[in-house]
Amino acid sequence: MNSNFRLDWLSLLLYLCLVTIGLVNIYSATYDEAATSFIALRSPMGKQVFFLFLSLGAIAFILAAPFKFFERFSSLIYLVVIILLIGLFPFGSTISGARSWYSFGVMNLQPAELAKMAVALAVAKLLSEIQVDIRRFKSLLQVGGVILLPAFLIVLQPDPGSALVFGAFLFVLFREGLSTPIMLTIAGLVVLFILTLVAPLPFVYVSILFVVISLYFFSKRVNDKTPLLAYILSVLISIGYVYSVDYIFNEIFEQRHRDRFNIVLGKEVDTQGIGYNLNQSKIAIGSGGWEGKGFLQGTQTKGGFVPEQHTDYIFSTIGEEWGFVGSAAVVLLFTLLILRILGRAELQKNKFSRIYAYGVASIFFVHFVVNIGMSIGLVPTIGIPLPLVSYGGSSLLAFSLLLGIYLNLDGNRLNETSF
Amino acid sequence: MRTYLLQSITVIVAGIFLYRLLDLQVLNTNYQTLSENNAVLEIAEYPERGFIYDRNGTLLVANQPAYDVMIIPENVSPFDTLSFCQLTGISKKQLIKNLRKARRYSKRLPSVVVNQISKETYARLQEQMWKFEGFFIQKKSLREYRTQHGANVLGYVSEVNNNDMRKDPYYRLGEIIGRQGVEKSYETALRGSKGKKFLQKDRFNRIMGTYKEGSYDVPPVPAQDIQLTIDAALQAYGENLMQNKRGGIVAIEPATGEVLALVNAPSYDPSILVGRKRSANYRKLANDSLAKPLFDRGLLAQYPPGSPFKTLNALIALQEKVITPKTKYRCNKGHYYARGAFMECHCKRGTKNDLTKAIYRSCNTYFSNTYREIIDKFDTPEEGVDQWKEHLKSFGLGNYLGYDLSIGRPGHVPGAAYYNRAYQKGQWKAPTIISNAIGQGELLTTPIQLANFTAAIANRGYYYTPHFVKKIGKDTVANQLERKTTSIDPEHFDVVIDGMHKVVEKGTARIARIRGIEVCGKTGTAENFTRIDGKITQLTDHSIFVAFAPKENPQIAIAVFIENGYWGARWAAPIASLMIENYLTGDTRRPSLEQRMLNGSLEEEYLKPISGQPFVINE
Repeated sequence: MNSNFRLDWLSLLLYLCLVTIGLVNIYSATYDEAATSFIALRSPMGKQVFFLFLSLGAIAFILAAPFKFFERFSSLIYLVVIILLIGLFPFGSTISGARSWYSFGVMNLQPAELAKMAVALAVAKLLSEIQVDIRRFKSLLQVGGVILLPAFLIVLQPDPGSALVFGAFLFVLFREGLSTPIMLTIAGLVVLFILTLVAPLPFVYVSILFVVISLYFFSKRVNDKTPLLAYILSVLISIGYVYSVDYIFNEIFEQRHRDRFNIVLGKEVDTQGIGYNLNQSKIAIGSGGWEGKGFLQGTQTKGGFVPEQHTDYIFSTIGEEWGFVGSAAVVLLFTLLILRILGRAELQKNKFSRIYAYGVASIFFVHFVVNIGMSIGLVPTIGIPLPLVSYGGSSLLAFSLLLGIYLNLDGNRLNETSF
Repeated sequence: MRTYLLQSITVIVAGIFLYRLLDLQVLNTNYQTLSENNAVLEIAEYPERGFIYDRNGTLLVANQPAYDVMIIPENVSPFDTLSFCQLTGISKKQLIKNLRKARRYSKRLPSVVVNQISKETYARLQEQMWKFEGFFIQKKSLREYRTQHGANVLGYVSEVNNNDMRKDPYYRLGEIIGRQGVEKSYETALRGSKGKKFLQKDRFNRIMGTYKEGSYDVPPVPAQDIQLTIDAALQAYGENLMQNKRGGIVAIEPATGEVLALVNAPSYDPSILVGRKRSANYRKLANDSLAKPLFDRGLLAQYPPGSPFKTLNALIALQEKVITPKTKYRCNKGHYYARGAFMECHCKRGTKNDLTKAIYRSCNTYFSNTYREIIDKFDTPEEGVDQWKEHLKSFGLGNYLGYDLSIGRPGHVPGAAYYNRAYQKGQWKAPTIISNAIGQGELLTTPIQLANFTAAIANRGYYYTPHFVKKIGKDTVANQLERKTTSIDPEHFDVVIDGMHKVVEKGTARIARIRGIEVCGKTGTAENFTRIDGKITQLTDHSIFVAFAPKENPQIAIAVFIENGYWGARWAAPIASLMIENYLTGDTRRPSLEQRMLNGSLEEEYLKPISGQPFVINE
């Protein structure tokens, strides 16, 4: 460790808070009155504690790593992760329909989680190189390729939820100068993609028309000179895109892919199509009141009404047992963490460090918005975990590494000149 | 600008999330209720309904377990109706009907879908219960009768109807409520008060245990047992004696007002109103418009009291000092009480009766004269009649007695107001209303009123309101009752009692004599009419007998009333006598009389008015 190392204590503290909240609520959500020992290694709680120690060890190790280590090895890390992702196809094991895991006895490792970190490193590396300019088409293709390759491999597993998270890098690209129309186009395509999968087609078509017509009249008002033809074209392209996504999903995908999408989109347990899990999650959170029902006192949690409550719906346990106070605290902790990292990112003199930190914040942001948003019914159901809080060893480890590298880079902020 | 985009979005998103959470968790309380419906099951805990004992501690009514399948319509999701019907043995049509009824009653509150399933069905169904979301099984208890008698006193229980639930929000669909008898009058004591129990459910609707360690539970208030004043053996004996006859017997312990027996004939076995056949059996009873087994004659039948009423007129006359025990009237097989109006009597021509003789010979002439003396003592007949009525009211006539069963009739004692309406003011005098002298005319009494005034005579001037319950839980009812004194001074009773004693010793009711027991009584007959094809037709007289025994320190006062039994000594007197003997000695020494009464039937008499043929009465 260099002499000028300044640890971002606030982020580390926020990290520890979130992890603790996670453990308490995983314990509650998986609590079984009949179980004898407090924490068995085979129980979800036991595994989570094991991974926490592993993560803390990894963070310590990363902090001890020399400055520039990650910048230098980012390409290698990216390569390893890509190999791991490809290796899943012959060697991975399938859990609930997706071939996303390497199985080590009791423990499972999910490379897709590590891919977020690897892509963050690779994007930072690429964009920080002098000859790369995101405003140039060639560079855009390069960066796009770096992001989309793992995303594509992950979609094939198929794990569309995890793949979607790579959309977070749009924020990074935008920050680094991606032009607004391209940004809007890509964001529009991502939104349309999700919409096509969760909403009925006619609704999607009508929405497209509505948005484009609104835009057209708005542009007239502000004397924008975009020709009408552009709007008509964008409508046609959008409809064609939606149609092909729908076609690919229904005709080209195999049933197992569709099943997996349906799991991620929460349609699996909701056979009657009435938003069962969302409804149960809302009931659980809504019944919490100001202060919640108390630790291990949640009736919805105890009754197991909310599916996947220790993983994707962990926030409903927090909402029920800790009430508004608890859930607001979690929202604020995340907001603080994201803002903190973004703030620190802008202070970096090293472009690599800044872009990487920005990537970290973006990934946290997407998880935060999608997960909590779906738990309280503001975002369509997409099964991705709440970082550091949800049950899941790979996820905890990956987010710890992600944050750990940020802490390393940020801590060495002042060493830039000495290099 | 680019550097602040994500920061701004983050802050905006956090704001939206916080607002949404505030709305979900704090502002909108719907979710709390939803959560409770979802995860908490409220079930009622019923205390076991109180037992009913007779005055000697014999258990008459207990409970037996039964199981109901209940639903909460809101929680029901589509289920396999076929397997449900097979398991419970209910028809699909009935199931659909019951489900609709439950939904109409309440979506949130439990209703019964299948009533009283057997233990075997219960066991089979319990295993499959998880398949039927929104259904659960509730144990309840049914009445178990250890006696076949006294249905009219015990009453019965049945499920509450909409009306009951409207009147008292305590009740929920499927619960039971006492109907008739002590089950109704002592409903709150017998049922206790149900408790509430909250259970935690999981998403498969399985019960996981108590909710919050039962901290919201309300324990049920145990029911209280009831001890009746009824003597079960005497009640049974009375019902046996009344076989194939119609009528009523009321026996009272004079010293306390405790009703020893209240027999209604025909009667029914109370256990037929329990279980799944209840409604069919009930319909049969309720539709029997001829024998009317549900019509409790001891409490509801109103008839002119006839001759027993003469004892009261005698007492009033003595109190009003219009006669003395030595006053005599001459009877010529009757007498003219007004010009051209002759009242017959069965005394021989030229008989001179004093009060005692007049009672045991039931002399109409004597009591006509006496009654006229009472009315004429006052300046106007209005005053006279009202004074007379006041005396009768003090014996509990002309109004509800106020006993502890919910049904009854006031009877009727006409007063001045009544006659002023019936005739015109100033247009009536003592002779106009002379039939009151012999208990006929506009007078109406119920058998329990007869028994009650007999008890008042036996007590020499007071009575306690008749009642059917001795103890509620550990509280003795008797302590709370107030002695009601009649308007007749005690010294006037002896001569009337002496007359009543002689009725049995050498008068009209010698058949009621019991060796070794001094019985005092008075026979009566009551004319009665019915409408056949719109024509008022007279039927055979009702046979009436009132009595008490022993003469000194009386233990039992009794009124027996046999529909169309002809004269008092024919049926009513022997039955009353057998009842008295049975109660006082526990046995009978007159087996032949007992057999005659047990086997005697009046069914032929009852067929006459419905036969459509012309018939002879009083034969």
